[in-house]
Amino acid sequence: MSAVFAIIRRDLLLAMRRKSEVLTALFFFIIVVSLFPLGIGPEPALLRKIAPGILWVAALLATMLGLARLFAPDHADGTLEQMVLSPTPLGLLIAGKIAAHWITTGLPLVLLAPVLGIQFDLDSGAQGILVVSLLLGTPLLSLIGAIGAALTLGLRGGGVLLSLLVLPLYVPTLIFGAGAVEAYISGTGAGGHLSLLAALLVLGGFFAPWATTAALRIALE
Amino acid sequence: MSNKIVNWFKYASPQSFYPVAGKMIPWFWVLAAIFGVTGLWISFFVAPTDATQGEGYRIIFIHVPAAWMSMFIYVVMATWAGLGLALNTRLSGMMAQALAPTGAIMAFLSLWTGAFWGKPMWGAWWVWDARLTSALILFFLYIGFIALQAAIDDARRADKAGAILALVGVVNVPIIYFSVKWWNTLHQGASVSINKAPAMATTMLWGMLIMALAFWMYSIAVALTRVRAIILEREAHTEWVKELSEVKQ
Amino acid sequence: MNWGSPAEFFAMGGYGLYVWGSFGVCALLMIAEPILVGKRRTSILRSLRRERIAETLDTQ
Repeated sequence: MSAVFAIIRRDLLLAMRRKSEVLTALFFFIIVVSLFPLGIGPEPALLRKIAPGILWVAALLATMLGLARLFAPDHADGTLEQMVLSPTPLGLLIAGKIAAHWITTGLPLVLLAPVLGIQFDLDSGAQGILVVSLLLGTPLLSLIGAIGAALTLGLRGGGVLLSLLVLPLYVPTLIFGAGAVEAYISGTGAGGHLSLLAALLVLGGFFAPWATTAALRIALE
Repeated sequence: MSNKIVNWFKYASPQSFYPVAGKMIPWFWVLAAIFGVTGLWISFFVAPTDATQGEGYRIIFIHVPAAWMSMFIYVVMATWAGLGLALNTRLSGMMAQALAPTGAIMAFLSLWTGAFWGKPMWGAWWVWDARLTSALILFFLYIGFIALQAAIDDARRADKAGAILALVGVVNVPIIYFSVKWWNTLHQGASVSINKAPAMATTMLWGMLIMALAFWMYSIAVALTRVRAIILEREAHTEWVKELSEVKQ
Repeated sequence: MNWGSPAEFFAMGGYGLYVWGSFGVCALLMIAEPILVGKRRTSILRSLRRERIAETLDTQ
């Protein structure tokens, strides 16, 4: 287990040294979200209605940005092969890397989302649901994305291909995540959506590292 | 018992599968033609005009088979992929690769015919209905599979990476369908339900089933033809390919 | 029999565009796909034959 934390600490340290990557994804999120009112118009009722969808789609895209570099640097300098050879199960190490990816890209989005929600005139209750749904959903995005990142490791045109593979698989997360906020706003309650999102997270947390490991072994063969 | 297992594995090698597939292909074309002609005859000349949808309903004779096949082929593809990963047979990956374009075409046809059915019936080419949306995402999954395999030069890696993607996809398809359905019921105002279709006349049902058989036989025939081409491409440098009569000519 | 004349058959009770648009594209794809697969086969066979000829010339 200590190896997992060591991996997380290492990846976070590396991310701190290259702050620009983390910040780029974050500002991408902010800019994309801010563009929508400019394109659609500033009418508060309309903005309130589309806010959950826009914030969630922007979060999907922002998560995608960092995915291509999830394994690529470690692949380039041979760290990945060392991980495969290490006595610790590869699945655990990969889970650590996915956790680090979430802390650097997912968690900032969760923290920033309420601020952007203000732009869309969301009330505090909806803001809370938005944060909870992102808190449950963004780890799932990192987990599913890791499978795509492992499959496309070292391929030409990897970035575009990655989004082609991963975005369709993001559909359930998007539906339940954005749906939770919408359901709260419309007064039907977000409980069902959030519990389904949590169930998907458990499922993803169990299977995704395993599939990612298998994909990485194939890529390294 | 062990003999049988050995026999099956014998056909799992591309070398012995190639001639077997070659012998089977004409039969599947014949079956596809017979079922196709019968199905078309029923769909245009036997099945009566629908009371509510007029002649426009005849589109379902190709729409439903295409939709069925697009889902069925994905499952078959994932099964081959899983077999390939579990047993490490070369043929499995080639079969999955051969099925993907046909599956994508079926998914496209189900979307296309769905749009042509929806326009006169619903007044819109596209409606965000649960089935249509899932079909669209299934089409994306096919495209992703094909694109991933095309991007990998090494055939063995392409097979295995594609296999993992197909398996991840097949686990996700029910989740996607369920989530889209859930999403759809929450936004009921925006779409129309297809479920209100009245009980179908038996001739219509027969027409649909026979057309589905025709699509099925077509898919097998085309996929087998394609897998034979893939075998030749991949095994180009082996002795047995060089000894084939069609190469020796 | 549902149709009195060929014109009636092609009109499809006013749904001609939709019915023939669907069946037409379906037929088109189902003809095009086997042709493309056949082309793939003939092209690989051609290159295999060429290689074979090259090899026999080499050994001579």
